[in-house]
Amino acid sequence: MTATPSSIHSAAEQRLRALLEQGLPLTARPWQRLAEQCGLTEAEVLDCVARWQREGLIKRLGLVVRHRALGIAANAMVVWDVDDEAVGELGRQLADEPAVTLCYRRPRRPGWPYNLFCMIHGTRRAQVEAQLAEIVARQGLEAIPHCVLFSHRLYKQCGGRFTPEDTSHERRARHPL
Amino acid sequence: MVVLDALDRRLIDTYQRDLPLCERPFAAMAERLGVSEAAVLARLERLEAEGVLSRVGPVFDHARAGASLLAAVAVPDAERDAVAAVINACPGVNHNYAREDPAREQPYNLWFVMTAADEAALTARLEALEAELGQAVLCLPMLEAFHIDLSFSIPWHELEGA
Repeated sequence: MTATPSSIHSAAEQRLRALLEQGLPLTARPWQRLAEQCGLTEAEVLDCVARWQREGLIKRLGLVVRHRALGIAANAMVVWDVDDEAVGELGRQLADEPAVTLCYRRPRRPGWPYNLFCMIHGTRRAQVEAQLAEIVARQGLEAIPHCVLFSHRLYKQCGGRFTPEDTSHERRARHPL
Repeated sequence: MVVLDALDRRLIDTYQRDLPLCERPFAAMAERLGVSEAAVLARLERLEAEGVLSRVGPVFDHARAGASLLAAVAVPDAERDAVAAVINACPGVNHNYAREDPAREQPYNLWFVMTAADEAALTARLEALEAELGQAVLCLPMLEAFHIDLSFSIPWHELEGA
């Protein structure tokens, strides 16, 4: 039995959520098209999506950009080994840095001491390195062990796939980046 | 490199979030931007076809939509492409990057995100992948999010100079 997020109230809504992983059909009335595919009315689909936005299941609704295709190709994952008592505060400080696009806490593992992650996206590697150096200086982080992992090859990038058994077909397969 | 004109940029600048939630969203966008609905649809189709947009639609909260985690493996450079192909073929893998510590102090060089409907399904997918790879995977689930938002403003001026 598959657990269902509390915001999803019916099998039809579950179908709608799965269809939305692929994005909206680019047609004048996309919600009507989706409604037909999942057995709801257009009004029910609009109400449902509005509720998912209110409840936080949907974080944003809009154009999902592939930054690398635009030339924003320098993408650094900076990992920090921070005292457990200090990790929350530093996480919030880094989250407030304009250059930081993602910031979260993850567990340490044997051979992997880093418990705080942040990402910095930029057009050039030197620029991202300079932004990181500024953050380190401004926040006084010189003494905190950290490591910078730049991505140098993208093998795959698409939205999350939460549908059981992967029944959704990948219509973006024409862009195997 | 894809060349984007002023309308493409305005679409991206205005609608990375807050796409109008109404029966004819593209008509509402067109009205605000002073163009036709057909023009907006044609642009979005082209931007998707060129790979600039992954999609137009919702971004789900991974923690609420199901289970997900960041994972990594350490593989010799010569085997990296082949291992990446195995990982890409694994159900639920939605990101997969080669990343490296230039100092080589830590060995993990292939990083991917795996999602599933729930924790049990995620564990099953991971175990299947570990069996196929013949090695353990470094599993780093998110414990606390301080900031997750990739809808930052695109620095068009920097891209022109790049």
